[in-house]
Amino acid sequence: MKIEIAGQNAFIVYFGDQASATVSAQIQAAVNNIYNSMADCLVDLVPSYASLLVIFDLDRSEPFAIRRILRAALSDLDTVDASAGELVTLPVYYSLESGPDLEVIAERGNISIEDVIDIHQQQEYRVYAIGFAPGFAYLGEVDERIAAPRLATPRQKVPRGAVAIADRQTAVYPAVSPGGWNLIGLCPTRMFDPARNPSMPVKAGDRIRFDAITREQFLAQGGEL
Amino acid sequence: MSGFLVRQPGLLSLLHDRGRYGAHKLGLTTGGPLDFVAFDWANRLLENDANATCLEIGFGGLQLEAQLDTRFVITGASAPCKLNGDTIDQWQSRDIHAGDQLEIGFASAGTRAYLGVSGGFNIEPSFGSSSTVLREKIGGLRGDRLQAGDHLPCAAAKQSQHYQLDEAQRPNYGDEARLRVVLGYQQAAFDPIQQWRFFNSEYRLTDRCDRMGFRLEGENVHSDMVSMLSEGICLGAIQIPADGQPIVLMNDRQTIGGYPKIGSVIALDCARLSQLSPGSRVRFEAISIEQAHNIHCLARARFLRTVPELC
Repeated sequence: MKIEIAGQNAFIVYFGDQASATVSAQIQAAVNNIYNSMADCLVDLVPSYASLLVIFDLDRSEPFAIRRILRAALSDLDTVDASAGELVTLPVYYSLESGPDLEVIAERGNISIEDVIDIHQQQEYRVYAIGFAPGFAYLGEVDERIAAPRLATPRQKVPRGAVAIADRQTAVYPAVSPGGWNLIGLCPTRMFDPARNPSMPVKAGDRIRFDAITREQFLAQGGEL
Repeated sequence: MSGFLVRQPGLLSLLHDRGRYGAHKLGLTTGGPLDFVAFDWANRLLENDANATCLEIGFGGLQLEAQLDTRFVITGASAPCKLNGDTIDQWQSRDIHAGDQLEIGFASAGTRAYLGVSGGFNIEPSFGSSSTVLREKIGGLRGDRLQAGDHLPCAAAKQSQHYQLDEAQRPNYGDEARLRVVLGYQQAAFDPIQQWRFFNSEYRLTDRCDRMGFRLEGENVHSDMVSMLSEGICLGAIQIPADGQPIVLMNDRQTIGGYPKIGSVIALDCARLSQLSPGSRVRFEAISIEQAHNIHCLARARFLRTVPELC
């Protein structure tokens, strides 16, 4: 673990060179420790793939003291259980109707469309980071057989709930937006709803599973086609 | 609640408090006034809470009609300001009455003016803040910039003492700035020659400067980073993509990003930068995190010890 300066009131902690279940669990444990030990000196935290940005209040503390608090908060993370993290299941209506890029991914991997759908559901993913847009959770890592590069020309409009793949990451679009990821299905769960508390069903460090539903179930759960 | 009616919305008028904190975990950015110094003075001259909601008037062109009696002040960018057609001074609180017309023309020095009213505008907070972030459609009114016909709610205020900031204390925005930088993030990936170039060249503001980031042009700077994982970005972070041209990330920046960063401009100088127009010249200067802390404390102490004059 390495603590580096990010800015006048921010440090960034690096937990390794790449994302993994262990790193993700360590970051989540560090988030909890830092909430407790920094209390009102803390302004905000940004957990990401293998790092944690810690922003502190210069009116309530100063860099030297914060570095000391961080060292203590990060001291006992080696024993963190890599399987930690809340499990959240997201329903997905996989079909050519809801996932226009299923065919391309199947061709690319020389497998059937059913295989793509099975492989996507077979494993557990980690929420590595939340960003890009409110509620956009980056999940990793997808099986190499269904990994696919971003589209050469991004779509002008990706629907809310679109389940998508880019390289070895997968995500559910929280709102209608332009996007260059490959679309394989639709999820009826709202990934970001400002009117709700909590406004997201997942947080960084959670474990995610996808579960296939039918068109009827998708519509019954509030999905829109 | 009564308040102000928007007759002309101006180019980019946005309601802001000091910003949205603690919501990065949802992917929400900070927002808040680009020039927090001018914003803080607006609230101070009205004896408001430091986090009271003001209007950030980007570039100008705003016309409002008061629907009640209250006090107001305009700080920040210099712009021709008129109350019922009569020219009025900025950085000075004054009375306004129901039916009065307030006009803030286009900025002649600086880019962002701040309009404060007694008690602040009364805006329902989203995720703990009234700050408007257009990209996220959150905060302010409908998550949007002001539109003609909008209503800005605020409370009536008794007419009482008025305050002004001494002219010598008012900022002079000009068209150049020295931006102090705390080295950090991937700074080690910029070799000494690249760092020398960065800190010894003049950069110009391009016309692609907005609340997310200010793109500069000048000497190319390159890092040894081939690729990196996306990571959290703080205010003022200087991102240098493959084209070698720096981008200073501002209040509405995305919360994570995967471009190498050489360090971060201190908040006070981000505020200065935000008042510059395209074509303005800036230079970067490296300082230590301890110096940055001293500069912050000194500025804070000066702000608190500068007593507004009664007028």
